[in-house]
Amino acid sequence: MTKNQTAQTRREFLKRCLQIVPAAALVPLSAQAFAAEGYDPTQHDYGMGIDVHKCIGCGLCVQACKIENQVPQQPFYFRTWIERYTIPVEGEILVDSPNGGSQGFPPNPLDPKEVMRTYFVPKLCNHCAKPPCVQVCPVGATFVSRDGVVLMDPDYCIGCRYCIQACPYGARFMNPVTRATDKCNFCYHRITKGLLPACVEVCPTQARIFGELTQRPNPLARFRRVNKIQVLKPALNTEPKVFYANLDGEVR
Amino acid sequence: MKTAKTKPTKWFSEKLKSIPQQIRSLSVLGIIFVVMFLFGRKLLIPKTFGEYGYYRSVAVDLNLAVPARYAGQQVCAECHDDIMAVKNQHPHRTIACEACHGPGLAHTEAPDEHELLVPEEREFCISCHAYNPSRPRGFPQIDSQTHHPSQPCMECHPPHAPTLPHSPGECRACHSQVATTLEESHHQFMSCTDCHQVVAEHKIHPREHIPALPQSRELCADCHAEGREAAVDAPRIDMATHGGNYVCWQCHYPHFPEVQR
Repeated sequence: MTKNQTAQTRREFLKRCLQIVPAAALVPLSAQAFAAEGYDPTQHDYGMGIDVHKCIGCGLCVQACKIENQVPQQPFYFRTWIERYTIPVEGEILVDSPNGGSQGFPPNPLDPKEVMRTYFVPKLCNHCAKPPCVQVCPVGATFVSRDGVVLMDPDYCIGCRYCIQACPYGARFMNPVTRATDKCNFCYHRITKGLLPACVEVCPTQARIFGELTQRPNPLARFRRVNKIQVLKPALNTEPKVFYANLDGEVR
Repeated sequence: MKTAKTKPTKWFSEKLKSIPQQIRSLSVLGIIFVVMFLFGRKLLIPKTFGEYGYYRSVAVDLNLAVPARYAGQQVCAECHDDIMAVKNQHPHRTIACEACHGPGLAHTEAPDEHELLVPEEREFCISCHAYNPSRPRGFPQIDSQTHHPSQPCMECHPPHAPTLPHSPGECRACHSQVATTLEESHHQFMSCTDCHQVVAEHKIHPREHIPALPQSRELCADCHAEGREAAVDAPRIDMATHGGNYVCWQCHYPHFPEVQR
């Protein structure tokens, strides 16, 4: 009796094994299906341009980013955010970003007479060509993809927060839901299908420009041709791929 | 033949005996360690690690698998081409539909089940158009406290065709950036020709007949000199000691003076 039982279970076991083989073969296929057909990452080199003169600080980009990428709605978790710089006639520079700028900005706390100049600066992951965050990751959970985007591997991240410390732009945060480091990925699921990143899509003044670095023509190529371009913290030699036009020297 | 075959093994065993006994037993342990290391390495390193670099290439698929929420403007145009045609002729042409109407991918897949937002309240328009000194000069802004506070914006400014309720005046037709800046300043009720002498040919050959800027301080002094009666609220200065040889506008931008509000 017992012998018979084991024989049956063995048969069932083998049957299941046979069922698993084709299922396992299908898994990589379904994963590839997410990308647009014929998408070749080696043919792309993504970057972003930001025209500081055009930003009106409305916060639509911050809201859209949170919706699109399911970033927790509580404050302090942002893949992209807006900073308001206020340079007074005398004294220290004031930088504020209430709730990342997602609900707009309250009136300037300084008296208008004391303000020399003031402006908004949208910020996000700079997708450095030489990213310090990738350097320090002990497990290889963050990396530069073949199309030049700095991506996260949330399932493989051990949550050590080294990358959060290493990022000179403060672009990374610990996502309390996935318990992995989170950051802007240029809406990788969108750009690979030919869509724009959510922040670029909703920006009402076209302060954000998305495109490719090497291929021409595209909007970013024009942006870099007609504007005087700066990057954030160039002295760190991180080679950011987010380019700022009309950036003030006080922006860090 | 036989000797030739045994020779290498004999040579090998002799060599082996020449190695100290403790090293021999330790090397067995060493081999076990190496095998265990290789086995552990194979077990611990994920399958797709190192395919393209020092990362799991499955991670790229994880990033791709995120469901999109925003459809993109091109999809909207497929059904709402009439609205798009109107929008593209007006200043809001740079704004994508989903900037105001919210994420619309679900709506494009099932239009009847998922209705989009139609923001009609003042607060929504004001999030872009309320006066904020950090906003770029020339961007159309209003003071929401004084600009028809009880009326919804859309009554006068249809959002897909947001023109001003009245057609722009003569100067504004070309110099709209200056005009919108002026609207925020204390000088908003002055007309352009109060300060600029404009010859009629300027409208035909604008660059050959450039309107004159005020060349004397008297124009500003009418309101801003001490003891004058016009413009009671205007800040006063002593014309004799203030400014030296400079004309007023060389320090004070009259379309948007530093002294505001």
